[in-house]
Amino acid sequence: MQYLRNVVTLKLDNNLCTGCGMCAIVCPHAVFEINKGKAHIIDIDDCMECGACAINCRFDAISVKSGVGCAAGILNGILNGTEPSCDCTGDGKASCC
Amino acid sequence: MANLLNVQSLRPISVSIPTVSSKLELSDLLGALKVRFGIGRNNYTITSGLYKVGKPDSQSDVLVSANYKLSFDVLRKNLDSLNVWILVIDTKGVNVWCAAGKGNFGTDNVVKSIKNTSLEHIVKHRNIILPQLSASGVAAYKVKEQTGFRAMFGPVQAKDIKAFIEAGHKATPAMRKVTFPMKERAKLISVDFMNAKYKLLLAMFAFFIFSGLDRTGFLFMKMFSTSLFPLINIFGGYVAGIVIATLFLPWIPFRAFALKGAFWGLILTVLLYSLIEVSYLEGISMGLINISIASFMTMNFTGSSTYTSLSGVQKEMKWAVPFQIGFIALGTILFIISKLV
Repeated sequence: MQYLRNVVTLKLDNNLCTGCGMCAIVCPHAVFEINKGKAHIIDIDDCMECGACAINCRFDAISVKSGVGCAAGILNGILNGTEPSCDCTGDGKASCC
Repeated sequence: MANLLNVQSLRPISVSIPTVSSKLELSDLLGALKVRFGIGRNNYTITSGLYKVGKPDSQSDVLVSANYKLSFDVLRKNLDSLNVWILVIDTKGVNVWCAAGKGNFGTDNVVKSIKNTSLEHIVKHRNIILPQLSASGVAAYKVKEQTGFRAMFGPVQAKDIKAFIEAGHKATPAMRKVTFPMKERAKLISVDFMNAKYKLLLAMFAFFIFSGLDRTGFLFMKMFSTSLFPLINIFGGYVAGIVIATLFLPWIPFRAFALKGAFWGLILTVLLYSLIEVSYLEGISMGLINISIASFMTMNFTGSSTYTSLSGVQKEMKWAVPFQIGFIALGTILFIISKLV
């Protein structure tokens, strides 16, 4: 299953990449492959912007604007004037995950 | 610290480190059902800290888990015949993936738990196994820097943990991928349905009242005799958006969830209009309303799905929300007009 095309913010800087392979391990959608000592993005539209690759890249080669891909969370954010938030833990009844 | 244990099988057996069974009891299964239907969901936590499964020793693996009881139960259920430690970290009762996204299953929390439980005195090796889905909150290299423990990411699903351990801490590519089969989607329906129940009742109540409108004023008999069509449409819109669109998620070629829901709303409209005899105007008005409801409900399912991105949902909502509001407003106005003419 794939979501909307040409919309995700994932970026990989090949100059910084050392090919350690951590991104390929943590990605839940197999977006990366390691080839000739560097990571490559196979199909960027598979990315869900969870951010696992970026925070686990110790060479800062990956950037992505990560967050909850959740309509209720985005509505919460707009209504409360904050960043999108699922509010899974607060007192609110909203629970999207 | 976290809430007290509320399940008998999880009460500490040894004095220092509690042992838990890899078998689930009836109370565990009933608890899971209650969570699915939103009864007392916010209290489904277990105490954070170190637990034993089987008879682990200083060489045994350490698995890290969230303190959401469903996550913990799924993990221990899959540890049959293994001797391992489970390090439960306080994620405020939230499952692994969501807690990682929000930072509760994060680097700092993992580091703190390793230190609080004096893990370095309990095991001789220096490895911990984290669930792969915690990777959006835990930077493995930082855990290593701060504790000396190498954080390995295990498989996505607990059912693969045995194979992962037996293969010498190696996951196959399939174990690394998140899937979203119909069975998993079906499990989420009840939560979404219960979350929306008040909106559903409110909408049905409003249209029950509107049905009694007449150019001569308000007629109770008319309210009872003509409210069936709008009530079926509204309830149908909920079912189409929450149940049908969700179950058949990949079957509809549109990528935007709002469109997937709208598609089923349209099918419902055609179906109901051909089955129940109403005026042209009322048929159109209820079609607009059930399409709007179905579209909104399915759009909300982006939060439960495992593959939607923040950027994508924002892009979709930019056009979908105005269209949903417009449809429901226009539909309501046309419905009232249909009653007055």
